[in-house]
Amino acid sequence: MKLLLNPGRRFVIGVPYVWLLLFFVLPFLILLRISVTDMGNSVDPFAPLIDTSGDAWRLMLEFKNYISIFSDRVDGPTIYVEAYKTSLKYAALTTLLCLVIGYPFAYFLARCQPSIRPVLLMLVMLPFWTSFLLRIAAWKGILADQGVLNNLLLWLGVIREPMVMLYTDVSMLVGMTYVYLPFMILPLYANLVKMDMRLLEAAHDLGASGLRAFWLITVPLSKAGIIAGCMLVFIPAVGEFVIPSLLGGAENIMIGRVVWDEMFSSNNWPRASALSVVMIVVILVPLALYYRFKDAAGKSA
Amino acid sequence: MAGYLQTDALVKRFDGVAAVDNVSLTINKGEIFALLGSSGCGKSTLLRMLAGFEAPTSGRIMLAGSDIAAMPPYERPINMMFQSYALFPHLTVWDNIAFGLKRERMPKAQIAQRVDEMLDLVQLKEFAQRKPYQLSGGQQQRVALARSLAKKPQLLLLDEPLGALDKKLRERTQFELLNILESVGVTCVMVTHDQEEAMAMASRIAVMSRGRVLQVGTPKEIYEYPNCRFVADFIGTVNLWEGTLAVDAADRCEVKTANGLVSMGHGVSGSLDMACAVAIRPEKITISKIRPAVAVNLFTGTVKEIAYFGSYNTFIVEVPGGATVKILQANTSRYTSPVSACDITWNDAVFFWFDVTAPVVLTQ
Amino acid sequence: MMRWFEKNTARFWLGSVFLFLYIPLFFLIVFSFNSTRQDGVFTGFSLRWYDALLTDSRLVEGFWLSLKVALFSATLSVLLGCLAAFVLVRYKRFSGRTLFYGLVNAPLVMPEVIIGLSLLLLMVASQRMFGFPERGFITLVVGHTLLGMAYATAVIQSRLLEADRSIEEAAMDLGCRPIQVFFLVTLPAIVPALVSSWLLTFTLSFDDVVLSEFLSGPGATTLPQVIFSYARRGVNPSIYAAATLFIAVVSLGIIAYGAYTLRQQKKTAIP
Repeated sequence: MKLLLNPGRRFVIGVPYVWLLLFFVLPFLILLRISVTDMGNSVDPFAPLIDTSGDAWRLMLEFKNYISIFSDRVDGPTIYVEAYKTSLKYAALTTLLCLVIGYPFAYFLARCQPSIRPVLLMLVMLPFWTSFLLRIAAWKGILADQGVLNNLLLWLGVIREPMVMLYTDVSMLVGMTYVYLPFMILPLYANLVKMDMRLLEAAHDLGASGLRAFWLITVPLSKAGIIAGCMLVFIPAVGEFVIPSLLGGAENIMIGRVVWDEMFSSNNWPRASALSVVMIVVILVPLALYYRFKDAAGKSA
Repeated sequence: MAGYLQTDALVKRFDGVAAVDNVSLTINKGEIFALLGSSGCGKSTLLRMLAGFEAPTSGRIMLAGSDIAAMPPYERPINMMFQSYALFPHLTVWDNIAFGLKRERMPKAQIAQRVDEMLDLVQLKEFAQRKPYQLSGGQQQRVALARSLAKKPQLLLLDEPLGALDKKLRERTQFELLNILESVGVTCVMVTHDQEEAMAMASRIAVMSRGRVLQVGTPKEIYEYPNCRFVADFIGTVNLWEGTLAVDAADRCEVKTANGLVSMGHGVSGSLDMACAVAIRPEKITISKIRPAVAVNLFTGTVKEIAYFGSYNTFIVEVPGGATVKILQANTSRYTSPVSACDITWNDAVFFWFDVTAPVVLTQ
Repeated sequence: MMRWFEKNTARFWLGSVFLFLYIPLFFLIVFSFNSTRQDGVFTGFSLRWYDALLTDSRLVEGFWLSLKVALFSATLSVLLGCLAAFVLVRYKRFSGRTLFYGLVNAPLVMPEVIIGLSLLLLMVASQRMFGFPERGFITLVVGHTLLGMAYATAVIQSRLLEADRSIEEAAMDLGCRPIQVFFLVTLPAIVPALVSSWLLTFTLSFDDVVLSEFLSGPGATTLPQVIFSYARRGVNPSIYAAATLFIAVVSLGIIAYGAYTLRQQKKTAIP
């Protein structure tokens, strides 16, 4: 039965809906529109879409922003394509590292005594609640050539001269993995903790050893959690901006940084928009995967 | 005569399937009426329609003469006691009971008086300031009852009132609950799957199956005079013998069954040779190794199973033909006498018989 | 044998990961007391960086702005998130539900760069057409709320799903109209979720860099933006001091919150 009078219901649905349409959908439409304009000579990035100067109306769509993304140079792929590739590469590596480190962690956490689990969970969340910017800045200090880690290793005699870790792949991946690890652990944990332990007992009873039971039963049952967790890491990682700025070097230019530069350094708003649209297209498939598996991940195995 | 609460051809469909199928009931003022059936029979849906949480697909619900089917639950002069008690966890016992009264904008003094009255009724005066999580199951139930009676509703609905209690507590609570309800005098409709509960508490019972009401009557009527095989089988245990009508007279009839001829001391409306069943309750059958001096309804068989339940024995007797008959014998004496039933053991050949008043003919 | 192996692997793995998670925090705390600027060696105990922190006007102003923005955006996020969660849990059928569902959850996964850029474009377009809003406080609040709402909805939604529907029916049975049911019964039941989502969105807003970089205006620079610019340029231990204070506040907050939740769980447990 209709438990809410219609005006009340419309209000409850309407307010958030309007907010989202206004501040999420509308900006995206504007983004699309800007991406097909010509920056040209005018300062105004909002060059008209429809040209009314002639006799007939002409739709002025400029796709050159998109074209320039993909083929600007004769001698190889553009810096934009490189940036996309780099972003995807680091996002994928980060996801993999987070999975390899995070899955066992979530698994062991889920198997802990129920009494200490909340405490451990709180300990996992605590770093998350302190500024991530500050923690990345800390890594900068730790991994620097004259930083703590190098000094420690030198003092221990493990290495003879400082390892260059900052502004390399190493610092990038350390930073990315560090930041995104909780995003992988939490959905995995939520999924694993709901798993029925009796299934594993049944497997043991039927003769499967610990490791085999793990591979044959636990992992497939947590499939939804794995995929949701991976997407939760991968998708935002593609557009990551802060970590490459602080910990990355010249070879680690990621697309987030490129969009920023196009926007604020080159003032080329149309191209920045086009780059963003392409980024969205790139993450569409992972996004679909995420939506598909996020609810299943929350349910019991 | 119109009853206090009346449902008129009430139907509720979910996705085309009728959960409640054409139910017309008349419930009288002041009585305790039970809807009895196993899960899925529609009794809960019917109750929820009375409360207002489900809207009927068609039909009318008349309370004291006016149709309330379209009324939302907060406007109906009906209150419900939920199976899970549904006490407000953030409010004290006192506030829980006062909740409905505050919605009526009763003056404060009057609310206080009514709440105290209710607390006295369920004997929870000392617990007034506790929160639900600080109470035992039985105490929570009493709060739920007090809360549902606080507004002096015209109709009280009870959803499996004893379902959440364990057996010992259930028996005791049954009578306490009954006393309270009778002293208040409120008309009640209760839903239960437990036939003992229904029989003990209700003045009239409606047996339901698959959305339909099969029989309405007092506990005795339902038990002694079931109108169909389902009801006979659902209430208590019964022996059902299929057969055909052999003799049909004004004051007696005979049914020919696979086990023999069964005589009844009453007539039955029907035609000769029509298919019917005979229902005989186990406690109405007498069993012995010694042949009795009876003329009709005497049968023989072999004892296959015996179960001792303390106050009574159950015998499963196999008759020629392979069928089994269940017989119940109360243990009325401790010392065995030569002809008592306590002599009987497995594989004994026995006689069993019953009076002509015992069996009931069922045509459905 | 298997048990021992598993138990110790578990301990080792859990311990290592925890160590990994907490290394930067230890570093920040220790080096905030460092007497010199170096990052590699602890030269001595000093409170100079705390002193520098409090006298750095950029940091202090940034702090106050971030605080204001976070307060507003957290409150707004929880309000909107509450409505959205209600819609998702209670209203199973209405036209446009799938789109709604997609929109509410999207900011959770979308790269912030995209959200920031598109919102900025909207703000600029709006400013041209209506002369409003100025890039600054309002735009920051809108952007942070957009992100915060997604998180708040997720938290409140999961609590709403667990909520006992029968007490709402009981309330209606006793005479409550639906709106009264919400305020008298449903809301008290989800208070823990409201509190935790408020804290969560507050933290997210306070900590946000990317959206702020896109949406802030001249004179309106948030604390993370200031820290970001310092961090890019090199070592500046005043930010370590800021970090340590932050960690202290957050730890106290979490402990207090944990104690509060534990008490609440007992009180509002379904009997």
